[in-house]
Amino acid sequence: MADESYPQDLKYYKEHDWVRLEGDEAVFGITWFAQDALGEIVYADLPEVGATVTAGTPYGELESVKAVSDVFAPLSGEITDVNAVLEDEPQLVNEDCYGEGWILRVRLSDTGELDELMDADAYRKFLAEA
Amino acid sequence: MPTGSSSPRPDGRVALDYTPHSEADVRELLDAVGVGGLEELFAEIPPEVRYQGELALPAGLSESELAAELERLAGADCPASGLVSFLGAGVYDHYVPAIVEAIVSRGEFLTAYTPYQPERSQGVLQSIFEYQTAICELTGMEVSNASMYDAGTALAEASFIAGGQTRRGRVVLSEGVHPEYRQVLATESAGFGPRPEAVPLAAGAATDMGRLRDALGDDVAAVVLQQPNVFGALEDMAAAARLAHDAGALFVAVVDPLSLGLLVPPGEYGADIVVGEGQALGNPMNFGGPGLGFMAVTSKLMRRLPGRLVGETLDIEGRRGFVLTLQTREQHIRREKATSNICSNHALNALAAVVYLSWLGKEGLPALAELCARRAAYLRERLLELPGVESYTAGPVFREFAVSLPVPAARLAEALVPRGFLAGVPMSRFAGAFAGRGPASGEPAVASTGRSPRGETPGAAGLDDVLLLAVTERRTRAEIDAFVEAVADVLSSGEARDA
Repeated sequence: MADESYPQDLKYYKEHDWVRLEGDEAVFGITWFAQDALGEIVYADLPEVGATVTAGTPYGELESVKAVSDVFAPLSGEITDVNAVLEDEPQLVNEDCYGEGWILRVRLSDTGELDELMDADAYRKFLAEA
Repeated sequence: MPTGSSSPRPDGRVALDYTPHSEADVRELLDAVGVGGLEELFAEIPPEVRYQGELALPAGLSESELAAELERLAGADCPASGLVSFLGAGVYDHYVPAIVEAIVSRGEFLTAYTPYQPERSQGVLQSIFEYQTAICELTGMEVSNASMYDAGTALAEASFIAGGQTRRGRVVLSEGVHPEYRQVLATESAGFGPRPEAVPLAAGAATDMGRLRDALGDDVAAVVLQQPNVFGALEDMAAAARLAHDAGALFVAVVDPLSLGLLVPPGEYGADIVVGEGQALGNPMNFGGPGLGFMAVTSKLMRRLPGRLVGETLDIEGRRGFVLTLQTREQHIRREKATSNICSNHALNALAAVVYLSWLGKEGLPALAELCARRAAYLRERLLELPGVESYTAGPVFREFAVSLPVPAARLAEALVPRGFLAGVPMSRFAGAFAGRGPASGEPAVASTGRSPRGETPGAAGLDDVLLLAVTERRTRAEIDAFVEAVADVLSSGEARDA
């Protein structure tokens, strides 16, 4: 497992998701803190391309050896891609949570929601206070 | 204060288990709440809504009088064990060896409820694990759960799995699936799960594959066929599985576990989910229940499998042990996400099944299945020699088949009881469960001779003259011969003819 890190180029959501903005689309994943808390991830139950996600509501589930947890959408939009590799290799979420362990790509429907997100420093602070 | 059953009381009397309130008990309770008598206790209830007078019950009986009375009542029943039975339709009269009773009646198994601190109950978990292993080996599937209530409830769960997996809204079932299983599915699907739709049978009682193909579409979550089907006909399961998969649907096989001693296991023809009734595996007929639902799936569907699942592991010292696994799916842990309400199983029935299968063994299972098939074939051959008796189920059969008779099947069955035979199940019992089984246009429901023409589509004829017969290894050749003679006798005497 990688060392703890929160890249500066990402935005963060309070449910421990990260967002990488790419034009009118965004890539979602879970943070180092989230994957560390879950432990070894053994299964990812993810939605299909074309489905919509809503900020603050669960879009899928990650099952670890400890528990099954909901994964929350940090922003709203339509799913344009799902990381299908996770079906067979869910442990990528542990091994490379900001890279190969990405989860969804979404075409954003409300850029106003971006204001709700934190930058890396704010997220670190949020973690320290939690 | 007396607490346990049959404890001696201060007044020297013994309180029996089922008469909880002695006069002294009542007095004690009334004193505790400070009321003088029962009339005073019930004073708040208006007299006009209270029953006036004495209940019309007979006087109390002593224990020995009661035992005699119960024996008299039981004697009025006519248990299958006292008759030569050809009943089947899901519940079968197979021999249950003494070892089954000896093991399942051990207190450790008999009195245990579903383990809520499961890892403390290694013996129960191991028995379930071995049951799961036996079901996987029997069906050729990858994962079995710890068992369900019966075939009907297992079928409903299979439909929910398919709906969840495919996110589609229809389940297409053959009418060859037992009408009672279909009814349970319809009941459980109301307001939840894919909508069930039935496809009729063709002549010879197997599923009409053309109609099945027509019923498929991109909104179908699963196709369900039963093997052998409720009329005993053998279905082309491989072809149905291909049709289902081509339409992007799952294929659900409802199978008879003992038939798998002879027939191809569902794992080999591409079944995604296998369910069935396991009563025939070491469980007595029990007047129709409790049954044993079994359910097995591919590993792809493992996380959608409802109910309990026991896994094998090693403990901290490297010793073999058993745990409940994938519990995160269970409704008592994540209630709002649960897709099934089952959180228990029929452990004792499942234990009987695994003891029975162990007793039967690898060679015993095919030998038993073959014996049933041979005896069923013999009975069918003998019955078809009788005038007016015609084949209803076409092709080879396992242990059950239907014939059409020159008389109403229910009348024949009734006439055979005093002669010592349970003739089988008159299919008129399931009237209404088969689409289009009313009169075909321009034809009477039953021909004037009381016979349905041979080779006709089942949907076009009534079921009054159709009798379903099952032959297990318990039926000897002599019993079969005597039965055929009795049938011939009733048919020629005319006593079962339509009034």
